[in-house]
Amino acid sequence: MSDSPPDRRGAALSDAQTVDVSAMPKVLARIAGLAMRYPGRVALTVVTSLFAAAASLALPRLLGRAVDEARHLLASGGATNAEAARHALMITAGLVILATTLRGFLTAAAGYLGEYLSQRVAQNLRLQFFQQLQRLSFGFHDKVHSGDLITRGMLDLEGARVFIQNGMMQGLTMALLLGFCAYMMVSTEPLLAVIGLGFVPVAGFALGRMGFLLRVTWLRVQRLMSVLTLTMEENLQGIRVVRAFSGKRFELGKFDAASEEVLDLQASRITLRFRGVSAMQVSFYASLTILLWFGGAKVLNGQMTAGRLTEFVSYMMLLQAPIRQIAMIVNTAARATSAGGRLFEVLDLEPEVADAPDARPLAPTQGVLRFDRVGFSYAPGGKPILSDISFEVAPGKTLGIVGPPGSGKSTLANLIPRFYDATSGAITIDGVDIRQVTLASLRRYVGLVQQEAFLFDASVGHNVAYADPWAEDARIEDAARTAQIHEHIAHLPEGYETRVGERGVALSGGQRQRMSIARGVVPEPGIMVFDDSTAAIDAVTERKVRDGLAHATRAMATVIIAHRLSSLMHADEILVIDDGRVVERGSHASLVKQGGLYADLYALQTRSSLIEAAAEPQEVRA
Amino acid sequence: MSHAAAGTEARPRRTPRASLGSPEGDDIFGTFDTRVARRFFSYLGPHKRAFVLAQVAAVCTAAAQIRIPLLIGRITHAVVQHDLAGFQGLLVQFALTAAALAISFYAAEWLSQRLAQRVIFDVRRAMFAHLQDVSLSFMDKTHVGRMMARLQGDVGALQEFLETTTGSVGDVVLLVGIAVVMLTTNLRLGLLALTVLPALIAIRAVWLPYSKTSFRQARDASSTANSALAENINGVRTVQETRREQLNFELYSKMTWANFRAQTHASWMTQIMVPTVDVLTGLATAIVIWVGGTAVLGGQLDVGVLVAFFLYVQRFFDPVRMLSMQYTIMQRAMAAAHRIFEVLDVPVTITEKPDAEPLTAFEPTVEFRDVTFGYDPARPILHDISFKVRPREVVALVGPTGSGKTSIISLTHRFYEVDKGQVLVGGHDVRDVTLDSLGRHIGMVLQEPFLFTGTIEANIRYNTEAATHDDVVAAAKAVSAHDFITRLPDGYATEVGQRGRNLSVGQRQLISFARALVADPQILILDEATANIDSFTEQAIQKALKVLFAGRTCMVIAHRLATIRDADRIVVLQQGRILEEGPHGALMRRKGLYHRLYTSAHASFDDEVVAKTGDAEFATRT
Repeated sequence: MSDSPPDRRGAALSDAQTVDVSAMPKVLARIAGLAMRYPGRVALTVVTSLFAAAASLALPRLLGRAVDEARHLLASGGATNAEAARHALMITAGLVILATTLRGFLTAAAGYLGEYLSQRVAQNLRLQFFQQLQRLSFGFHDKVHSGDLITRGMLDLEGARVFIQNGMMQGLTMALLLGFCAYMMVSTEPLLAVIGLGFVPVAGFALGRMGFLLRVTWLRVQRLMSVLTLTMEENLQGIRVVRAFSGKRFELGKFDAASEEVLDLQASRITLRFRGVSAMQVSFYASLTILLWFGGAKVLNGQMTAGRLTEFVSYMMLLQAPIRQIAMIVNTAARATSAGGRLFEVLDLEPEVADAPDARPLAPTQGVLRFDRVGFSYAPGGKPILSDISFEVAPGKTLGIVGPPGSGKSTLANLIPRFYDATSGAITIDGVDIRQVTLASLRRYVGLVQQEAFLFDASVGHNVAYADPWAEDARIEDAARTAQIHEHIAHLPEGYETRVGERGVALSGGQRQRMSIARGVVPEPGIMVFDDSTAAIDAVTERKVRDGLAHATRAMATVIIAHRLSSLMHADEILVIDDGRVVERGSHASLVKQGGLYADLYALQTRSSLIEAAAEPQEVRA
Repeated sequence: MSHAAAGTEARPRRTPRASLGSPEGDDIFGTFDTRVARRFFSYLGPHKRAFVLAQVAAVCTAAAQIRIPLLIGRITHAVVQHDLAGFQGLLVQFALTAAALAISFYAAEWLSQRLAQRVIFDVRRAMFAHLQDVSLSFMDKTHVGRMMARLQGDVGALQEFLETTTGSVGDVVLLVGIAVVMLTTNLRLGLLALTVLPALIAIRAVWLPYSKTSFRQARDASSTANSALAENINGVRTVQETRREQLNFELYSKMTWANFRAQTHASWMTQIMVPTVDVLTGLATAIVIWVGGTAVLGGQLDVGVLVAFFLYVQRFFDPVRMLSMQYTIMQRAMAAAHRIFEVLDVPVTITEKPDAEPLTAFEPTVEFRDVTFGYDPARPILHDISFKVRPREVVALVGPTGSGKTSIISLTHRFYEVDKGQVLVGGHDVRDVTLDSLGRHIGMVLQEPFLFTGTIEANIRYNTEAATHDDVVAAAKAVSAHDFITRLPDGYATEVGQRGRNLSVGQRQLISFARALVADPQILILDEATANIDSFTEQAIQKALKVLFAGRTCMVIAHRLATIRDADRIVVLQQGRILEEGPHGALMRRKGLYHRLYTSAHASFDDEVVAKTGDAEFATRT
C-alpha cells in the first residue's frame, strides 16, 4: 500500500446525491427495457391487471343496483314484484361474490407476476454486475471505494428492481383503474363524474410533488446518516484512542452534532410528507362533500336514483387507494433514476485491460520473463511511476527489487500479470508480448503474492486452496509447510477446517502473510512474484520461509520485492529502484561494494542501533 | 459476460473447496416481553405529552372514520325521504367531520413520527454513550460490524414499531367502533355481517407463521447473496490474481437463484392473503345485500343503513390487516429491543468515585504497589507487581508475549481495575481522581496507529481543541512528519482515506506521535509498533521518539533495540512478575533473561548474516 500514490482514490464515478430529472426518461426507459425482455410475462401481468381493474369497478355498480332494487319495489308494493325483487337481490349478491373473488385472484396474480418479473430482472442485473466487477481491472478498483460498489450492487440494484414492481406495474394498475373508473363515471353521470374526479389532479399533483421531494430529502438524510454511522463506527474501531485521550465528551459532541442535523432534516421530511397526505385528504373530502351535495340534490329532485349516488360514492372510495400510491410511484421513479444511473454507469464501463481480439493462450517454451524499457503512468501523460525498466529473469533464477516507499516497486509487480498495462516498452515471456496472450492463460502462468494478504471469511483450507480449489489435500499441506504455516494450522481447533476472519480465528499479520504465500505456491505457476510479502513475518521465521520457497520455486522465474535486504540478498540480480528508475543493479556483493543507495540501506539495516545510524549518516557512508 | 467462459479449463470431478461469503444470522422475530416493553416505553417519559396527544388524535381520527359512512347513509336516507333541511344539516356535519378527520390524522401522524425520531435518537445516544464507559475487555470482544447492526438495524426496527404504535391504537378503536356501530344500528344484520371476521382472524392466525418463515427465508437468501457480493468486491484483487472469476461466478449464480426462488415464494405467501380477504369481503357484502336488501324491501330497515353497511363492510378488514402487520413489527421490535438492552446492561466497571478530584499540579510519577490483576480474576496476569517510574524517566518494559506488559500500561490509564494493590499517578491512587483529568495528563501512543476520517490536521489535534494550526505544524515538524505531510496533495488539509489507507504504516505512526505531542501530556505511555517499517521511515521514527520522550515521564513497551537501549531503565517481565530491573549495561552484565532475550534474537539471525556476508550484526528486529 505504501507504494501507491495518495491521490489515486479520486472520484472516478459520479456521486449521485440528487435526482437528475433530465436523466429520468432515459434511465427509466432502460430499466423498463430490461423487463421487456420477458414480453410474455409483461403481457400476462398487463392482462391480469386489466381484468382485476374491471372486476374492481363492477363492485360500485352492483352496490348501487342493490340499493335501487331494495328501494324500487318498496315504492310500488305488490307481492309478485317483491318476489322478483328478492330474486334480483339474490342475483346481485351472487355477482358481488363473483366480482370480489375475481378481483382477489386477479389482483394477487398481478401482484405476484409483478414481483416475479422484477426479481427476474434483478437476478440478471446481479449476475451482470458481479461479472462486470470481476472483469474491471485494478485501475478501476483503485479509484472506487469498495463500499461504494457494494452499495451499488445492493441498494441501487434494489432501487431499480422496485421500480419495475412498484413504479411500472403499480403505475399501470393505477392508470387502468383510473381510466376505467373515469369512463364508467363519465358515461353515466358526466357532471357528477367531473365533481367526483375533481380531486384527482389536485391530489395527484400534491402527492407526486411530495414523492419527489421526499426522495430528494431522503438522499440528504442518507448522507447525514452516513456521517453519523461513520462517527459511531470509527469510535468503536478506535475505542482505544478515544479512551487514551479521554475523548468521550469530544466523541459525544461529534455524535450530537451529526444527529441534531439528521433530526432537523427528518422533521422537515415528516412535515413534507404529511402536508402531501393532508392535501390529498382535504381535496378528496372536498370532492366527496360536493358530490354528496349535488348528487343528493339530484336524488331529491328525482333526477337520479339513490343507487346511483351510492355507486358514485363507492367509486370515490375505490379510487382513494390508487391515488395515494402516486406518491410512492413518483418516489420509486426518482429513486430508480439515481440508482439505475449509478448501476448502469458501472455496467457500461469497458475494462482497461482486456484480451486482444486475436489473443492466444500463452504457450511458454522456456519461460523467460523480460522487461524491455518498460514505462508506466496511471493517467495518460501523467507523472511517470516507472520509466525505462529493463531486466530478464529465466526459470530457476531470482530477481530482487528494492527501493524506498513510493518508488514504483508494487506497480512493477502488478504489470507482470497485466493488472495494469505498461504505457511504454514491452513485457515478454519467451519473446511473446504479454498483451498478445489471453489474460486467463497469463495469470495462470504468473503467481503474485501481494503485501496485503486478503483472506476470505472461509476455512483455512479454502483460503490456501483459493487458486486451485480442486487441489489434493497433500498439495495444500505441502504449500502450507513451504510457507511455515502448517504447524500453526495443525494446532488450530479444527485444523484446516478452522474458519479465519471476523467470525473465526484471528491471525497475526505475519501469519496472514504466510497463508498468502502458501496460497500463492499451490497452483505452481511458472513465474512467481513476491511483492513485499514477508514484511510482517519475524526474521527467524522468514528465513525458514525463504528456505522453503527456495526449494518450491527452484524451477520458476522468481521476482522478490522487499524492504528487508535479507529477503533478497541471495538473488541472482538485484535492481535498486528510486523514483521509478533503476538506479543501481548487480549482485549483493557488487552493490555493497558500489557504495550507493543499496550500500546505505544495507549499512542502515545492519546497524544494531538505528538511532546511531540516523545521527551519523556520514560515518555509515564512509 | 463473454469473459465468463474464458477461464474454463479441465476440472477434476471432485467438489472444489470453495465457498463465498458468510451471512449474519441474528433472529429477527422475538416474543412479547412485558419487562422489555415497559423498559422501552420508559424512553417515552420525557415526551409524555406528545405521546398522549398523539394517542388522543389517533382516537379522534378513528372516530371520524367511523362517523363518515354513517353520515353518508343518513344523507342517502334524507334524500330519499325528501328531507331538504335534514339533508343540508347533514352535509354541514359531513364537511366538519371530514375536516376533523384531516386535522386529527395530521396531528396524530406528525406527532408520533416526530416522537419516534426523538426517542430513537435517545436510545441510540444512550447506547453510544454507554459504549464509551463499558470496560475495554467487553469492547475487545465486540465485533464492530455486529455492534453497528445493533446501533442501526435494531434501533431502526424500534423506530418502525414506535411509528406504528399510534396507528394500532387507532386501528383497535376503529375495529371495535365499527363493530359497535353496526351492532347497535341493526343487531341482526350486524351480527351476520360480522360472522366473517372470526374466519378472517382464524385464517390469518394460521397463515402468519408460514408467512414469517418465508419472510425469514427470503431475508436470509438475500443476505447470503449480498455477503458473497461484498466479499468478492473486497477481495477482487485476489479473485483476479487467482483466476477465481469463473468459479465464483458459478457459486454466486447459485445463490442468486436461491434468492430468486425465496423472494418469489415470499411474494406468493403475501399475495395469497389478497383473494382470501376479497372473498370474505364479497361474502359479507353479499350477506348485507341479501339480508339488508330484503329488510329494506320489507320496510324494516331504512336504505341509509344499508348504504352505511356497504361502506363499513368494504373497509372492515383494513384494521385487521394493519393490526396483524403491526403484530409482526412488534415481534421484530421485541427482538431488537432485547439486543439493545443487552448492550445497555453491560456493566460499567470503571466508575468515578463521587468525591473524585481532578488531577492537578503533580510530580509526574507512576507507581505500582503490589498490583495483582487478571482479565479473569481467577487467572491473574500480573502478580504483586511493584515499581516506580520517577519524574522524566524513560522506562522500557520488555518481556515475552503474555508477560503482562500491555496490562501494565492499561492499568496506568485505568482501562481496567486492579484486583489487589494500588496504581498511583503523581502519588494519587488512580481510583481517587477523575477519569477525564487522568486522560489529560497521560498520553498514549498505541501499537496500531488509528486515524479518524477527516483531515490530517484534525487527526493531530484530536481532542485538543485548544491547539492552533501552528501548534499542529510544530508538533509535526518535531516528529519529522511535516515533510511528507506538505508533500500530500492538500498538505495538512488532506483527507485521511478509509482508516488512513492513503498513508503508509510508518506515516500513520508519525501522525499518532504528533497527536500525542500536541496533547502534551506529562506522562507518556507508548506501545511500540512491531510492524516492519521501511528503513527510511524507521529512521524518522527513531528520531521522533527522542523528541517525544524529552522532558516527559515515559513507559514504553519496547520492541526495538535502539529504544530499549536508550531507556533509563529496563523492566524485564516474565509471566506477570518482574524478573530484572536496571539499565542496559547492568542487565547485560547480570546475564539473566534480558541477556538471553537480547542475544538469542540476535544469534538466530546473525548466524546467517555472518555466514553470508561476514558481518557481525544485522538487525531490524521485529
